[in-house]
Amino acid sequence: MTAIGSTTRVAFETIVKQPGLSDVEPNLVDESALPHFSWSESAALDGLPGHCGLNIAYEAVDRHAFRPPEEVGIDKVAIRWRSKKGERRDITYAELAALTNRFANVLADLGVRPGERVFTLLGRVPDLYVAVLGTLKHRSVICPMFSAFGPDPVFQRMSRGNARVLVTTEAFYRAKVEGLRDALPELEFVLLVGGAADVPETFDLHALLDAASPEYTIGVTDPQDLALLHFTSGTTGMPKRAMHVHEAVVAHAVTGRLALDLHADDVFWCTADPGWVTGTSYGIIAPLVLGVTSVVDEAEFDAERWYGLLQDERVTVWYTAPTAIRMLMKMGDELARRYDLSGLRFVGSVGEPLNPEGVLWGRDVLGLPFHDNWWQTETGGIMIANFASMDIRPGSMGKPLPGIEVEVLRCDDLNEVFVSAGRVEVIVDADVEGMLALRPGWPSMFRGYLHDVERYEGSFVGGWYVSGDLVRRDADGYFWFVGRADDVIKSAGHLIGPFEVESALMEHPAVVEAGVFGTPDPVAGAVVHARVTLRAGYEPTDDLQRELLGVARKRLGHAVAPRFIEFDQNLPKTKSGKIMRRLLRARALGLPEGDTSTLEGAT
Amino acid sequence: MNAEQARAVIERVLSRIAPEVDLLAVDPTESLTDQLAINSMDQLNLVLGVHEETGVDIPERDYPKLASVEGFVTYLVARGA
Repeated sequence: MTAIGSTTRVAFETIVKQPGLSDVEPNLVDESALPHFSWSESAALDGLPGHCGLNIAYEAVDRHAFRPPEEVGIDKVAIRWRSKKGERRDITYAELAALTNRFANVLADLGVRPGERVFTLLGRVPDLYVAVLGTLKHRSVICPMFSAFGPDPVFQRMSRGNARVLVTTEAFYRAKVEGLRDALPELEFVLLVGGAADVPETFDLHALLDAASPEYTIGVTDPQDLALLHFTSGTTGMPKRAMHVHEAVVAHAVTGRLALDLHADDVFWCTADPGWVTGTSYGIIAPLVLGVTSVVDEAEFDAERWYGLLQDERVTVWYTAPTAIRMLMKMGDELARRYDLSGLRFVGSVGEPLNPEGVLWGRDVLGLPFHDNWWQTETGGIMIANFASMDIRPGSMGKPLPGIEVEVLRCDDLNEVFVSAGRVEVIVDADVEGMLALRPGWPSMFRGYLHDVERYEGSFVGGWYVSGDLVRRDADGYFWFVGRADDVIKSAGHLIGPFEVESALMEHPAVVEAGVFGTPDPVAGAVVHARVTLRAGYEPTDDLQRELLGVARKRLGHAVAPRFIEFDQNLPKTKSGKIMRRLLRARALGLPEGDTSTLEGAT
Repeated sequence: MNAEQARAVIERVLSRIAPEVDLLAVDPTESLTDQLAINSMDQLNLVLGVHEETGVDIPERDYPKLASVEGFVTYLVARGA
C-alpha cells in the first residue's frame, strides 16, 4: 500500500488555542460535555407546525422567515449572491420563503409527486438555491449536479436516478441533455432558467414561478422521508447514489454549530459547489438552518476575487478546500496582505487532507490556522473535526464530533477490513494504520444506495460503516489520514471513479481497454491519469492522443476527465482479467510494484 | 516575440491541454475560464506550458494578468520573449 497525503511523521508544532483570545465564545468548549450530548437538544430545531414532522426546508427557511423580527429580523439576509460580473443580490429569509413556496407550487401544479426526483444542472445562481429548497418543501427528492459535468456523467446520473424534472439553462440543456432526451423516458419536465421560447419540450421556469402562488403549506414530512440524492464514486461500476433523509438536518444543524462554530450573526462562505455534497450540506442547508447569512459566489476560483470577496463581504467563517488553499499559497503572501481580512474569525477546510503547510500558512498569513475536518458523501455531514476551541495538530483531521463513534479497524493485505469468525478487530494501539469506521446511527447517515441494496449492505462490516479511508489514531485521539483503501481518485477535492472515466474512453472506436488511476499533484492532490490500449489498425500518434483527450474532456467535463493519456498495448491484468490500476499507478510513479502474484502471466 | 507569435504559442499549448476548445469562439479580452470549459488547473498548466516553450519566467503574482488571451499576449510581448 502506498499512501498519499499527509502521512509524514515529521512533527509540526501543535497550534495551541488560548481560551478567551477570541471575542466569540466557541460553541464547543470542551470535550467533557460529550457524555451529556443529545442530537435533538443540540440541534434545537422547530419541527413542522402542528407536529407534522421534520422538513429540511422548513428548518432552513420558513422558521426564520416567520420568526419575530427582533429575533431574526425580517430583513435578515439568507443568501448574499455575487454574480460573475460582481453584481450583488441579497435574498432575505422572507423572500427565500416566498420564492421556494412558488417553486414547490410549480412542482405541485405540474403533478410532480413527493419522492420523485428533481435534478438541477445549474451554475451557482439564485434559482439553484430556490430549486433545491422548493423541492424539499414539496417533499420531492433533490439531486444537484455539478454544472461542469459533460453529457456522459449528466446522462448517467439522471438515468440511474430516475429524474422526472430537470432544472437547467438553455445552454446546458442544448449542450448536455437534448441529444439524449429520448433515452431518458422518465424525464418529463425540463424547466429552463432564462426562458424556453424556441426549445421544444421545455418550460420557462420564471414564467411558471411568476404564475405560482407564494403561499405553500409543507405536507406531513416523516424525518425518514427521502430528501437528497448525491452521487459518489467507487472503485467499480458507475457512481453510487447515496440517499439522505430529512432527518439529516439534525446533523447539519449540530455540525454547523460545533464543527464550523457558526453563530447567528456570522457571515459564512462555503466555497463548494452544491453539485458536491459539501456544497449542499454546508453551502445551502447548515448555514440557513442556523439563521446565518450565507455568501454564494457564481464565479470559479480566482485568487484576487476571493480575497476581495472575503474582505468586502466581511466574511467571518470561511469553509474551503485544500486545492484552493494551495492555489492561494502559490499566489504568494503579498497578495493576501493587500486585503483587509480582519473580519475572519474561523477558517475550515475539507475535501481531502490539508497538508500541514496549508494549516500553518493560514495561521501566518490570514492570522487564523485552517481547521481541517473529515466526512464523505455517505456521512452527510462532518464527522471528525478540529473544533474552534481545540489545539490543532497540523495535518490531522481532528477528533470525532459529539455523538459520533469512530474506531480504526484492522485490515488485511488487500486493505479490506479483517474479519475473523464474523468479528472485526478494533485497533486499540496508537499510531497503527487501519480502516476508519463509524458506528451507524447518526442522523445524516445515508439510508441506502438507490437501486443497489447489495452495495449498501457491503459498506457495513461487523456493525460498522466502513469509510474506505485508511487512517491512524495517535495517543491523544487525533486521527490522521493515510490513504484510500480502494482505487477512487481524489482530484481537487472531487471523488472520481476510474470506471466512469474508463467507460468514456472506451466509447472511442480506437480504444479497446483503458486503465485509469491517480497520480500525486502538488495543487490538486491527485490528477487523473489514463493508459489506453489501441485497437488494431490505430497508430499511437500525438494527434490521436490529443483527440482522445478532447473527446474525454467533452464527454466527461473538465472536472472528471483525465489530464494525461498514454498508450499502452500491454495493460497489466489480474488472472481474472481485471486491469490492475494500482500497478499502473506504481509504474507511473516508479514505485515498487508490490505483490504481483495475482498478475496475469505470473507463475 | 511579437503578438502573433505569442498568440500562436498560447494556442499551441492550450490545444495540448484542452484539445476540444475552439479559441476562435472566445472573446480574447475576457477571461478564458469564464468562457471555456476549462478550470484553474488547466489554466495553471497553460501558464507552465507557455513558460516551457518560451523560456519566459512567469512569477505567480502575474497570473491575474494572464486570464484572457489578449492579456497573456500583451504580457509575453512586454516580457520581450
